Amino acid sequence: MIEIQELTKVYGETTVVDRVSLTIGAGELCAIVGTSGSGKTTLMRMVNRLVEPTAGKVLIDGQDTRDVPAYELRRRIGYAIQGHGLFPHRTVGQNIGTVPHLLGWEKSRITKRVDELLSLFQLDPAQFRDRMPNELSGGQQQRVGVARALAAEPNILLMDEPFGALDPVIRSKAQDDLLAIQKRFNTTVVLVTHDMEEAIHLGSRIAVMDGGKLLQYATPQEIIANPATDFVAELIGGDRPFRMLSLAKVLSLVEPGEAAGDPISAGASLREAYAECLWSGREALPVIEDGKLIGRISRNDLARCAARPS
Amino acid sequence: MSIGLVIRLLVLALLVGFLVSPESFAFVFEPLTKNNQPVIYNQGSLLDLTLNHLLIVAIATALATTVAVGLAILVTRPFGAEFLPLSRSLANVGQTFPPVAVLALAVPMLGFGTAPTLVALFLYGLLPIFENTLTGLTGLPPTVTEAARGMGMTGGQRLVRVELPLALPVILAGVRLSTVISLATATIGSTVAARTLGEVIIAGLLSSNTAFVLQGGLIVGALAVLIYDGLSAIERALTRRTGQGARANA
Repeated sequence: MIEIQELTKVYGETTVVDRVSLTIGAGELCAIVGTSGSGKTTLMRMVNRLVEPTAGKVLIDGQDTRDVPAYELRRRIGYAIQGHGLFPHRTVGQNIGTVPHLLGWEKSRITKRVDELLSLFQLDPAQFRDRMPNELSGGQQQRVGVARALAAEPNILLMDEPFGALDPVIRSKAQDDLLAIQKRFNTTVVLVTHDMEEAIHLGSRIAVMDGGKLLQYATPQEIIANPATDFVAELIGGDRPFRMLSLAKVLSLVEPGEAAGDPISAGASLREAYAECLWSGREALPVIEDGKLIGRISRNDLARCAARPS
Repeated sequence: MSIGLVIRLLVLALLVGFLVSPESFAFVFEPLTKNNQPVIYNQGSLLDLTLNHLLIVAIATALATTVAVGLAILVTRPFGAEFLPLSRSLANVGQTFPPVAVLALAVPMLGFGTAPTLVALFLYGLLPIFENTLTGLTGLPPTVTEAARGMGMTGGQRLVRVELPLALPVILAGVRLSTVISLATATIGSTVAARTLGEVIIAGLLSSNTAFVLQGGLIVGALAVLIYDGLSAIERALTRRTGQGARANA
């Protein structure tokens, strides 16, 4: 659990982060959203003390982060950044093993962990372990960057626009990977992004920042339904019904019955289902789960879900 | 094998051959002498002079590298940042001071011989290495240094594991520049009785013997070209090994 209390950062005359307080529960994925200059990155960097706060404090599992040396604190917190920041003179394996090496793990344990992570990110260890970072594609470099951040099994992972440099197809794959890994290890993730779509897709809670202030901190549903200020509403944009639909899966709206045409997977989002209804002009779609027909989903139900919650 | 490599090996072979047995090359220099002057330098072994010349350059460059790299590391640390302008001007002064002037000033203090030459070469060699080390250490990709900090490396670990290895090719370029300048400058050390190849050139100038001047000049020139090429090759290999090929070509 991360407790941020009255955290403030002042550079000269400018207050970059202004008395922000928020609590991120264990296993949550908190997305900090804001425009550039909103203080979102500074806020995140104060968690592992890459930036020292001017005032206020950060508690991790109840312990003040200032009670340990900054470098020890950072070894316990995973850190992944935009443009991955891999060490160009180290192999993929050495890059991933950076923090375990700093922590003094035994060689065999590091090797084992590196191979485990490479497999987890669908990179064949035998093929990729000894390659240099510049021999990888952008998507592979990004995966190695996240693998490196996770190497010492941290409870907390900080990510600064980790998917910013990826093309849309690879980005959505990387986002899904992150969600799967976060679920599997129950890691607490703090992710900074300027993209509300990404925040809604990934975040279990969203913190909206502007001008150094925290405007709203709530679940995606709450943010979409009741934006706290006009600025939050503006960030969400005009397609609120579709954002609302993107939050739930088809499985949650399945009803018994039959429908004609191509089926849709139960794991797809309601948004995809609604889009398919509109596109194919059907009133309902058959739903399959693990290859078996489990019922149908109707356009009317979908439309109801897209309406503003009362 | 490329043509360049063949030419370099040929130059090296000629150089070694000439140093081991200068008399065999007498016919080349014969036309340059008049009045039955000696054709080949005869006041000492050319091989000894060459080795001594190289030794002086090596010592001076090693000292300059140690001091310049050390200084550049200090002024790029947080606690040394305020000394950056001062150290820059000091290194610049070392470069603008003509080596001849350094020799003239050093002789009264250190006497004639090798010592004043070493001082002049050392001072003269500082700037290129210092400037290149600064460039290397401050021009690292920001995401890489940021990641090193975020991973929890201490200042010393960042320096040894990330900053120096990545800056090494650039530092080496400074060392190469400094070495080649020193190779040439060392010849004037002979004016204060250091045993370098300058002796051959000066002897030639004093007796109007073009053959001597040419011998001294050619040896120094060949050494400079070969060492420059050798160090460049090491640099390229390092750049490739540190995965910075794209950065170096840009």
